[in-house]
Amino acid sequence: MAKSWKEWEKPILELEEGIDKLEQLIAVERDVEKKASLALRAQEYREKLHKFIDVRYSRLGPWEKVLVARAETRPYTLDIINAVFDEFVELDGDRRIGTDHAVVAGPASLEGRPVMVVGQQKGRNIQERGYRNFAMAKPEGYRKAIRMFEMAERFRMPVVTIVDTPAADPGVESESRGISEAIAASMLSMFSLTVPIVSVIIGEGGSGGAIGIAAANRVLMLEHSVYSVIPPEGCAAILWRDPAKGPQAAAALKLTAQSAHELGLVEEVIPEPFGGAHRDPGETADRIKEAMLRHLAEVAMSSPEAIKQARYDRFRILGRFSGQ
Amino acid sequence: MLVRKPAGGQPNPNFVQCVNCKKTLFTAEFEASLRVCQYCGHHHRLNWRQRVAFTFDADSFVETDTGISSLDPLEFPEYAEKHQQAQAKTGMVDSVICGTALLDGRPVSVAVSDFHFMGGSMGSVSGEKVTRALERGANEGMPVIIFCASGGARMQEGLLSLMQMAKTTAAVELCRTRGVPYIAVFTDPTMAGVLASYASVADVILAEPKALVGFAGARVSKQAQVHKAPDDFQTAEFVFRSGMLDRIVPRREMRSTLVSLVRLLGGHLHLEAKKVG
Repeated sequence: MAKSWKEWEKPILELEEGIDKLEQLIAVERDVEKKASLALRAQEYREKLHKFIDVRYSRLGPWEKVLVARAETRPYTLDIINAVFDEFVELDGDRRIGTDHAVVAGPASLEGRPVMVVGQQKGRNIQERGYRNFAMAKPEGYRKAIRMFEMAERFRMPVVTIVDTPAADPGVESESRGISEAIAASMLSMFSLTVPIVSVIIGEGGSGGAIGIAAANRVLMLEHSVYSVIPPEGCAAILWRDPAKGPQAAAALKLTAQSAHELGLVEEVIPEPFGGAHRDPGETADRIKEAMLRHLAEVAMSSPEAIKQARYDRFRILGRFSGQ
Repeated sequence: MLVRKPAGGQPNPNFVQCVNCKKTLFTAEFEASLRVCQYCGHHHRLNWRQRVAFTFDADSFVETDTGISSLDPLEFPEYAEKHQQAQAKTGMVDSVICGTALLDGRPVSVAVSDFHFMGGSMGSVSGEKVTRALERGANEGMPVIIFCASGGARMQEGLLSLMQMAKTTAAVELCRTRGVPYIAVFTDPTMAGVLASYASVADVILAEPKALVGFAGARVSKQAQVHKAPDDFQTAEFVFRSGMLDRIVPRREMRSTLVSLVRLLGGHLHLEAKKVG
C-alpha cells in the first residue's frame, strides 16, 4: 500500500520529463524524417501518459484519496479564495485573547456580490506549516469564525466556508482555552444564521475540526477530498492497535467524497480537472466557483427564516437507524 | 486489599472494593452513599438506571423513543458483533436513554448516556435520542437535563457519527430560541465529539468531581506538550479552572443543585404552563 501520493506521481513525472527531452530534440533536429519519427514517439508518450494519469486518478482507493487530499501541491484555501473571489479583505482576531493563522476569514466579493469567507489554511513549507499550525485551528480560530458568522448575519451576507484541516488543535493550551466549546459554539452560531451558508471541503475534512465550520445549508466536496470522523491512522490505532493499518481503516470509514455523497451527507461532488486538482488549480477554482454560485443562489430563493429552518432540517434527518 | 473472596472463589456480595483507593466497602453503605467511596471520595461510574434513580423523583422517569435501534450502515468490521455484545451486557438498545421525568415535581426532558455501552459513544441512535430530548424540551417547554458519559463519536458509523455533532448542536440552538433552559452534567468521562458538540453549549454545565473531560485523547495531547500539562489535565477540576464549566457538584448534592437550577432558570416556563392551565 502506498505511503505517499508521490509513489504514483513519480512515473508520471518521469514520463513528462521524457516528453520534454523529446521536444527539445525535435526542436533542434534538422532531418525531416527523423524529426517526424521523434514527433511520433513524443505523441505516443503523451497518449501513454494521458492514459496512465486517467487510469490512476479514476481508480484512487480510499487510502490513496487520503494521500492525495493531503498532498502539498494541492490548491489550498487561499489559492482558492484568490482565484474565486474578485476581492478579499482578510480580518483577524477573536477579540478575546489572540489570533489563529490556521483560519483565514473576511469579507469577499463573489461576482460582485459581498459574501463572508471562513477557511482553514495549510502551509507548504516548514515555516508556513508552523505559522499555520498545520491548519489545526485553536479556540481563537473558531471564535474568529464566530465573529465573521455574526457579522454576516448583521450585514445580510451569504457565508462560504472552505474546509481543509487534519483536525482541530489537540494541544494543552487549546484544551485550557476550551477547544471543544469553541467548535460547538461555532456550529451553534452557524445554526442561528438566516443567511445562506455553503461549505466546500477541498482537501481534508478532519472530524470535529471540519464540522466546526461545516454546519451549512449545502456541503460540497472536491472529487479527491476526504471527510472523516477520525483520522484513519487514529482509527487503526484504536481498533487494531496498529496505526500502520491506516489503509484498512480508510476503507472501513468510507471517508471519500463519493461515499459521503452516496450516504446522502453532501450535496455535490465537484469533479477535479484531469489528473487531480494539483494539475490545474485554476480550473479547480473555476469549478468550485460555479458550484458555489449555483448552490448559494438556490438556497437564497427562500426567506431568511426558511433558510435557517432548511439548515436545521438538513442535519435533522442525518443518521441511519431502524424504527421510529 | 483485594475483594474478599470466600473459599468458593465467588466475590462476597456484601463487600465491594473502591476502584480508586482499593479499600473494601460495605455494599449497603456504598449504595447508600450513591456509589461514592467513603474513604477517598471517588465517584464510581453509574449505569443509566442508577443515574435516574439517584436524580429524579421516585418512579417518575418514563422512557421514550425505545423503538429506534442501530444499523450498521458502513458494514464496519466487527461492529455488529461489538454492538450485540454491548446490548447483551447492558440490556440497553444503544448508549443513550431518553425520556421525561419529574424533578421536585417539575417536568423535565432527560437524556442519560451510559459509558458501559460501547464507551457511551455517539452514533446515529444516540445522536437521535439526544436530539429528541432537546426538541421535546424545546417544543413542550420543559427544561432539558443531559447526563454525558462518552468517549466521543462512534467510529464504526463513520461520518454519520460526525453528523450527530451538528444535529445535536442544532437542537441546542432550538432550545435557545424557545427560551428553554438546558443543563449538561459532565460525568466520567465526557470527551471528544460529545464534548465538542451538545455538551459544551449547555446554558449551565455541572460536572462530577474528577470526571475526565477533554477534547483529544489524553495521550495525544500530552505526547505533544507533556511539559505543559498540569497533573490534573483533562479533569473536571482543570476544566473548571479554565472557565469552561459552572460548578463541580458532588453526587450527593447533584439532585438538589438541579432542582434549584430548574426552578430558577425554568421559572418562566412554569408560569406559562399555569397560565395555559
